[in-house]
Amino acid sequence: MDFGSILQILDSAVRFSTPLLLACLAGLWSERSGIFDIGLEGKMLIGAFAAGAFSAIATMPVYDGGWGWQTGGMWVGMVAAIIASILLALIHGVASITLRGNQLISGVAINFFAAGITVLLGASWFRQGGDTPQLPAGGRFRPIELPLSETLSDVPVFGPIYQNLISGHNLIIYFGFFAVLATYWVLFRTRYGLRLRAVGENPGAVDTAGISVVKLRYSAIIITGILCGIAGAYLSLGTSAPGFGRDMTAGRGFIALAALIFAKWRPVPAMWACLLFGLLEAISTKYQSIDLGFMVLPGQFMQALPYVMTVVILAGFVGKAIPPKAGGEPYVKER
Amino acid sequence: MKLLTTLMGAAALVGASSMAFAGSHGGGATPALIFDLGGKFDKSFNESSYNGAERFREETGIEYREFELQSDAQREQALRRFAQQGNNPVVVAGFSNATAMGIVAAEFPDTDFVIIDMVVDAPNVRSVVFAEHEGSYLVGLLAAMASETDTVSFVGGMDIPLIRKFECGYFQGARAANPDINLIGNMTGTDGSAWNNPVKGGELTMAQIEAGSGAVFAAAGGTGRGVLQAAADAGIYAIGVDSNQNYMHPGTMLTSMMKRVDVAVYNAFNDVNNGEFTTGIIAMGLAEDGVGWADDEFNADLITDEMRAAVDAARAGIIAGDIVVHDYMSDGSCPVN
Repeated sequence: MDFGSILQILDSAVRFSTPLLLACLAGLWSERSGIFDIGLEGKMLIGAFAAGAFSAIATMPVYDGGWGWQTGGMWVGMVAAIIASILLALIHGVASITLRGNQLISGVAINFFAAGITVLLGASWFRQGGDTPQLPAGGRFRPIELPLSETLSDVPVFGPIYQNLISGHNLIIYFGFFAVLATYWVLFRTRYGLRLRAVGENPGAVDTAGISVVKLRYSAIIITGILCGIAGAYLSLGTSAPGFGRDMTAGRGFIALAALIFAKWRPVPAMWACLLFGLLEAISTKYQSIDLGFMVLPGQFMQALPYVMTVVILAGFVGKAIPPKAGGEPYVKER
Repeated sequence: MKLLTTLMGAAALVGASSMAFAGSHGGGATPALIFDLGGKFDKSFNESSYNGAERFREETGIEYREFELQSDAQREQALRRFAQQGNNPVVVAGFSNATAMGIVAAEFPDTDFVIIDMVVDAPNVRSVVFAEHEGSYLVGLLAAMASETDTVSFVGGMDIPLIRKFECGYFQGARAANPDINLIGNMTGTDGSAWNNPVKGGELTMAQIEAGSGAVFAAAGGTGRGVLQAAADAGIYAIGVDSNQNYMHPGTMLTSMMKRVDVAVYNAFNDVNNGEFTTGIIAMGLAEDGVGWADDEFNADLITDEMRAAVDAARAGIIAGDIVVHDYMSDGSCPVN
């Protein structure tokens, strides 16, 4: 394996891990505030649909009922994705914070709702069996070449790394890594973050200090909605398969949850966990069968690898993962 | 994790129980069509069979019933439901339905069944098979001539002999045009989801482009959308499959390997309607126009006179028997790779 193909695998791993990373951070915000969220999948899915649908409408010619935009359609899609995802997050919030319902059931309901409504609306708007149309270049997030990537490409080792691995991704990917730092800083370096973590561990103490548990939890849920919306928008606007396809999240929301547990609800380890899952997926894509010299590992083995590794990692290497203490429990003031 | 498995089990149950049969009226000898995994609007294989059924409906005014498979478990169920409700013929496109077809066809000897892409040996079944290797040979020839690099590549859907047949024909065509050309082939997966995974298709294509590919042929159903898009983004040539996909990215779509699934569906509906239905194996190759390369206004600028002459000569040669394209499915191996 030469340097070029290693770079290419890492490059591909970054692309595969971005939607996981954003969803994982979304889950981190929610769960740190004490709201379990297995509805990440559904929120991503509706985000992907809203992004694909509205970007398609914005870039469609006027005579087809669109707005005829040549560029910038993806921003319409992005805003729509965030709004749609926040709406679902608020439903989860009302059910689990205000109405004190079971958070797991509410999450499952959101996943089913999203799986159904996206295909229903898609089929009725675009008449393509639930898919949205192909998006033109003006409706998608295209790779960005960072400055100097051409000039530096002749520098040994660093040049190709900068040109291939760091430069040449789209905006959402860079945002994903920025979101890791931002999440870390807000959660662990600000007063708001301290309170939010406290509300996930011991809401009674926070309430005693005169801070609203309900408001804090709603704020966390809205941030979860925003991040899930962006993760969904990445799937339909930022990959080489532009446009929404039914069930296009394909379980990523659940893998993100696994990564969250693996990372023990911490932002920077969450990034490494997601990159690891992305790397496994990239390896199984690139090497469909590996020749070890004495035997050939079949393609089926490589494709099962990400899932096998998920089980092995979760069962064997995580150690004891302790979720936020108040997670899953609706907060009831004692009378 | 236990919770997770419980939830997934629940999801699978809901998926299986939510079978809905679309269609306008039941009863009578209404033709029925079943789409395989990948979806009716995959812009490829299933969409081609849909187009054939629509053509029949427009010409005769006879409505047909349809069902989109969502999982493997529904194959037998869907066939049996249509047969029980008296639909005739029941047409299903996709090799994976052969086992289910074998069972259900024996239960309903008075119903006419049609399976596309696979052979089911029963007295009331028509099996339509295509000579995909011949059509793939032609587009391989075009790919090798058009490619600006010394490499061409292939992205398949599910790793099955049928898709290897496409790949093998394509590789033979490319080698015929340029004996020194490098060939890269990848498969998307080993289960039904490989027909609808455009993200992975795009990643595979990007890896092939990185390895020097100048033209890529996607034989992967809905996964092909990602392949064609990745090729268009990188500015290399791409070749569509089954339906004519040239319109999707004019300028980079070199051509499409047309497999006339639509004709097979249309003929099946029509033959039953006219009382001319025959059973047994129908083979559709270049000579029968069952396969071919798409030549329209979207790729007119990309096909040079030299390429056109070469591909026409190859087509004539194959029909006449002067050029023999090896069929992967005949012995499970490919002479070039």
